[in-house]
Amino acid sequence: MPTLEIDGQEVTVEDGLNVIQAAEQVGIEVPHYCYHPGLSISGNCRMCLVEIENMPKLQIGCNTRVSDGMVVKTTSERAKHAQAAVLEFLLINHPIDCPICDQAGECKLQDYYMLYGAYKSEMQLEAKVHKGKVVDLGPEVVLDEERCILCARCTRFCDEITQTGELGIFERGDHSRLSLFPGKKLDNPYSGNVVDVCPVGALTSKDFRFKSRVWYLEKTPSTCTRCATGCNIDIYHRRGEVFRFRPRQNPDVNTYWMCDEGRHWYKSFQQDSRIPTPLVRDESSFTVASWDEAGKRVAHAVRSAQDGHGADAVAAIIGAKATNEEAFLLSRLLREQIGSTHTAGLSWSPADAFHDDFLIHADKNPNTQGLKSLGLLNGGGEAEAILAAAEQGQVKVLFILGADLVMAFGQKRIDSALGETTVIVLDTDYNGTTEYADIVLPIAAAVETDGTCTNQAGRVQRLSQAFLPPGEAKAGWEALALLSTQLDGPDSVSISDVFSELTHSVPAFAGLTYGKIGLQGIPLAGPETGS
Amino acid sequence: MAENVLLRHEDVPDIHKLDVYLAHDGYAAARQALMTLKPEEVTAQVKESNLRGRGGAGFPAGVKWGFLPKDSDKPVYLCCNADESEPGTFKDRAIIEKNTHILLEGILITCYAINAHTAYIYIRGEFAYGAKCLEQALAEAYGQGLFGKNIFGTGFDLEVYVHRGAGAYICGEETGLIESLEGKRAYPRIKPPFPAVYGLFGCPTIVNNVETLACVPSIIKNGPDWFRSIGPESGPGPKIYGVSGHVEKPGMFELPMGMPLREVIYDYAGGIKDGKQLKAVMPAGSSFPVLTPDEIDVHMDFDSMRAIGAFLGTAGIIVMDEDTCMVRALEIVDRFYHHESCGQCSPCREGTGWLHKLLVRLEEGNGKAEDIDLIDRICTNMMGNTVCVLADAAAMPTQSYLTKFRDEFVAHVTEGGCPLKKTAVQPEAA
Repeated sequence: MPTLEIDGQEVTVEDGLNVIQAAEQVGIEVPHYCYHPGLSISGNCRMCLVEIENMPKLQIGCNTRVSDGMVVKTTSERAKHAQAAVLEFLLINHPIDCPICDQAGECKLQDYYMLYGAYKSEMQLEAKVHKGKVVDLGPEVVLDEERCILCARCTRFCDEITQTGELGIFERGDHSRLSLFPGKKLDNPYSGNVVDVCPVGALTSKDFRFKSRVWYLEKTPSTCTRCATGCNIDIYHRRGEVFRFRPRQNPDVNTYWMCDEGRHWYKSFQQDSRIPTPLVRDESSFTVASWDEAGKRVAHAVRSAQDGHGADAVAAIIGAKATNEEAFLLSRLLREQIGSTHTAGLSWSPADAFHDDFLIHADKNPNTQGLKSLGLLNGGGEAEAILAAAEQGQVKVLFILGADLVMAFGQKRIDSALGETTVIVLDTDYNGTTEYADIVLPIAAAVETDGTCTNQAGRVQRLSQAFLPPGEAKAGWEALALLSTQLDGPDSVSISDVFSELTHSVPAFAGLTYGKIGLQGIPLAGPETGS
Repeated sequence: MAENVLLRHEDVPDIHKLDVYLAHDGYAAARQALMTLKPEEVTAQVKESNLRGRGGAGFPAGVKWGFLPKDSDKPVYLCCNADESEPGTFKDRAIIEKNTHILLEGILITCYAINAHTAYIYIRGEFAYGAKCLEQALAEAYGQGLFGKNIFGTGFDLEVYVHRGAGAYICGEETGLIESLEGKRAYPRIKPPFPAVYGLFGCPTIVNNVETLACVPSIIKNGPDWFRSIGPESGPGPKIYGVSGHVEKPGMFELPMGMPLREVIYDYAGGIKDGKQLKAVMPAGSSFPVLTPDEIDVHMDFDSMRAIGAFLGTAGIIVMDEDTCMVRALEIVDRFYHHESCGQCSPCREGTGWLHKLLVRLEEGNGKAEDIDLIDRICTNMMGNTVCVLADAAAMPTQSYLTKFRDEFVAHVTEGGCPLKKTAVQPEAA
């Protein structure tokens, strides 16, 4: 635990940190381009030059390990002069095409120019070195060679993280340029990360470029629901539309990265198949209903089934894309308000789903572990058993929350199981299963609701509501609270309220609070989840 | 000096052939070292001789060898730096082509001293003939059991490989050389760790220049005292001075360290061509400050040169007469560094090109008065702020030209071009 002085502040830090990391702990940003905490040290940009007492030359902060008694000056005249000089070098051949550059607003050249540069241009445009523009690198990424500052973050990402080695730096001196190795395409499952690590506008995302200026976007920290890994993300959105997901740092889950599949997952929430209003089936076709009307229909169906056939004639299947809170509320409704024991979880993924040993999990559901903690999934045959009971005419009312049974079990099976059943679907989108519904309740997608999911390692993580769900749709927990009141059960006023109730009735969650989970999540205790 | 050591081919014809070399005591020093001395005794003798690296930096060779970790279980490598690419420098090439075996013998003794069983000779790609000479000499020496297994029956094994570079000045920087040898781009590494600790393939490695290694057999043969008696104690030994430019007799001269620069130019190289006046000398290749005629009484050794703010470098002496345009000369120097910057560090990558552009502009008569100070400022911002010293190698001579010949730069601005009317700026290299 070395104790050192940085810009006059004394700080004690853990062993093995470099100057940039140590400075960060006291809130000092040492400017840098090539340094990235998730990649090896390259030391090429020279932006992090700092003065260290008793060392004659300025040192690069990224490659200087702090030691006891070190005196570091990151803002001395010498250090600032050197930093400004490096920035000037980086800018002389830069096209300064900020108005048409997608990176504008989140560009380290712009940021540091305001902080360290702010000098007049010494280089005429015609004297600049010209290189390739709009170079297609692969399905995700476009390169502007002139904007590239050759920090080699992207090449290191492809060498060290994906170990696919598509990118290299070619030529020499100020003719150096980033390029693909001959015969290669930047087409690996994580290629979008190079856009994030690029500190300038050299690598831009084909999906995001020219869609929006970043300063018009709001950023909401959340969790990716594409698979059971639960990579931490930021949702970038405006007026109810998501523009992109970017990975958010979490050393225990995804470090700095996310997969391309997850990156594109936001599109799944804004398709034409979203259900805008509650629907009730009259004879063969759906009609639009108010929540109150739909809720009353649900209550009526439940009560008649109960009265005629007993509580176990009401059943529920809860998909593993439901949050812990949604699953908890629906299972409590069945158990406590209705008295049914027929509540089953369903975690279905395509058998051939792509997965690897890094971040992409074969389980394409965000909350399989959560359903296990809630006791809804044990062997995995629970939903199957309910369908079997339905086939024998024992299930009169079936709630289906966030699960496409047709996808999981096939049309034939569902035809024979649900022909006579009153089906109540709570979901975001029309799908094969809504065809069988008698009542459809539109709920919020993962980016439109608060709640928690438990990832494959048993870590409870929060989803955050970036904006309201479309149309009349409600957050799942709100919809279920409404159904609860319709069936004379308790209401819930907030997500933390629901979570608190959950922690009191589910042992695995004991002691947690919604606030405690924070932005980094918390591993669940207990052997069941095996964190 | 009575006899040439490094340029011995001038005394003994065909010394590059093994039979001739052997007939003239060849490999006697190696035999003596391997059979009668312990490796640490060899290192001690080289240390005692105060042999300083001839690649330009002048670091004591024996001290460098002493940096190898004592307790490493990794193999040790020797890399012979034969990537001679410094402008005005052609000494290593002469040894490689004409006195081949003295280099090989130096490699053998050095490998024995540092306990290396593999040596690589990294030779500049353009030296095709030199590479052939080395291959031939090695084949001959292997044939006589001087390399390979169980050399001189001592049980010492050594394999030597000749590796041709692909044509980049930066491959002569020792860590760039190592990267290149590993099959990568020759981006110099951040130091520390130094190659002695973490070098080729991550193993302890010594990188020595050709001329340095070629000095080693004579130290073993004649003893460190003999070596120290040649030139100044602070950096003694035989030295090849290569003189090029506007002199009557350009060429190489093997003389003791510490020769007065004036003597080398006027007594050995025959003075300025056609009886003209001397204007400037780059005494150390192109990477160090230029000297004016009133500075040439300096002695050509590491410390004397440092004392006047200059460097010995490779002792590649580039002589310029009174008709030389110093702006043009500097433009050529900086064109070289622009072409050869590896591009790794921002200040060097961008700075070398910027300097060259400004100099072309000045030479073409389109320069502005403020360009001169801008050039100076760019140099200051480049120096000392990069992974290797290529940035310094561009900045140092540039600043010295500006300081010592400022009037000429100003004249290029005020007169709208070269007052010497010899402007034929070559197009910028691609």
